[in-house]
Amino acid sequence: MQIYLPIAEISVDVFLLLGLGGLVGFLSGLFGVGGGFLMAPFLIFIGIPPAVAVATEANQIVAASVSGALAHWRRLNVDLKMGAVLIVGGLFGSTVGVWLFSYLRSLGQIDLVIALAYVIFLGVIGSLILTESVRSIFRRRRHTSPRRKLHQHLWVHGLPFKMRFHRSKLYISALLPLGAGIFVGILAAIMGVGGGFILIPLMIYLIGMPTTVVIGTSLFQIIFVTANVTFLQALHNQTVDILLALLLMIGGVIGAQLGTRFGGKLQSDELRGLLALLVLLVCARMFWGLVATPADVFSLSLVMP
Amino acid sequence: MKKTNFFHRLFLSLACIIGLSWPGSPSAWAEPLVADLSDHLIEITTSFSGAEVLLFGATEGEGDIVVTVRGPAQDLIVRQKEPIAGIWTNRNNMHFRDVPAYYAAASNRPVDEIVPLEMRVRNEIGAENLRLRVSQKASKEETNLFREALIRGKQAQKLYGVETGEVAFMSNSLFQTRLFFPATVPVGIYTVKVLLVREKRVVSVQTTPLIVQKTGLEATIFNFAHTHAAQYGIVAIFLALVAGWLAGVFFRRI
Repeated sequence: MQIYLPIAEISVDVFLLLGLGGLVGFLSGLFGVGGGFLMAPFLIFIGIPPAVAVATEANQIVAASVSGALAHWRRLNVDLKMGAVLIVGGLFGSTVGVWLFSYLRSLGQIDLVIALAYVIFLGVIGSLILTESVRSIFRRRRHTSPRRKLHQHLWVHGLPFKMRFHRSKLYISALLPLGAGIFVGILAAIMGVGGGFILIPLMIYLIGMPTTVVIGTSLFQIIFVTANVTFLQALHNQTVDILLALLLMIGGVIGAQLGTRFGGKLQSDELRGLLALLVLLVCARMFWGLVATPADVFSLSLVMP
Repeated sequence: MKKTNFFHRLFLSLACIIGLSWPGSPSAWAEPLVADLSDHLIEITTSFSGAEVLLFGATEGEGDIVVTVRGPAQDLIVRQKEPIAGIWTNRNNMHFRDVPAYYAAASNRPVDEIVPLEMRVRNEIGAENLRLRVSQKASKEETNLFREALIRGKQAQKLYGVETGEVAFMSNSLFQTRLFFPATVPVGIYTVKVLLVREKRVVSVQTTPLIVQKTGLEATIFNFAHTHAAQYGIVAIFLALVAGWLAGVFFRRI
């Protein structure tokens, strides 16, 4: 059954969109990631204009992260104060990101920047998770776990504006979460992702938050950042397709629930290994798109009146 | 809608063959060329997946028919990729003004047999003969390279016809052709031009407008997004919040 999308201005099969939403939702439920990094490339691949894909994906992630954040909220896994600082940074960063997006689009370089951002960040994160999970699998087999230091002192702990974060049991400079929020906000706006896959490692390794509150707090922050991106993209570029977003949400919500249930049956380090492979696969696909000789070296783009 | 078209069509055919005339236009039958469309409005609805419009008409006496369809004008940038450090990057570009968003041509036999090149250029018959204005200075070879790329790109999007369509004569004077519009057809006012050619001369021209517009839910969403952008953004966020909340509540129960 074909449906005409009013903003994307193309006709797409409804079941393809529901299936795509379901598949990405399943994977995101399975691995505990937002899935934006998978959905945006998929949408571009089926012919949705990149600008519409990225903006609409932000809208869909609002829904996905609300239902995730609610579950963590009930289990008290959200550090509100940390979330608030991250949100301030995220709102600023995503506003800059949307502006940068419009500017790069006018230069005709947005597709290149999106692809480069995907290749770099997915490549780095994918390799990190892969090495970490492989090590963990071997360690589990040998039944020895080296003792980790409870607290490490790095240069970042010398920064000013220290704040106490009770739920995270931290006393650190507010500049750390603020900077992380800005950085992830910019990327979220340009790549059409929530940014969880970048924010979570930053929260664990840079800020030093306990893993129990990391996912809940990151989902909580993502709601605000992606809502800001949705609003700004709708305001400046008119690229948010509500109909497309709704279809993706329906598939995504159902898929995520199935994925979460299925994920409970697998070991977490094996799961992370699989996630790393998936991330690297998307990275490789994007990289291929950059270096392969295009079918036509010329491309057309419409000049908005 | 369908019924009026049928009568319209029937009337036209009768008017031309028997010589009856409509009270409002008594001289219609004397025209050397009469043509009309089965539909003057293409409505883009939620289930829109392309449209087909029938063009039909009659000629007074012998002659060849050439049909051109032009979509609304748009400005386009054509970009050329070059490998930089192995990565394909957009480098050169050319800005074209007033490019028809859609273009198609049809004729009853090969166009080059009907009209000579200079007339095809003058009447913009065939995509390769479109007058495309470039808004910057460039060499002739370079302009041609980008022009060809523009036409190729539009053809790949199925917005420019790759081949000339076929106009079929059902008798000496009655003709018809089918015009196809893909799902990606841009909205706006289209101009359908029918030329009657005799001995390499255009004897008569008739132009008919065709409107492509979004209707119903499509139009509502599109207009809302463009006229009340801020409110649209807020509604989009609100919908997502409600959807996420509902999903959370619903799946907690089961």
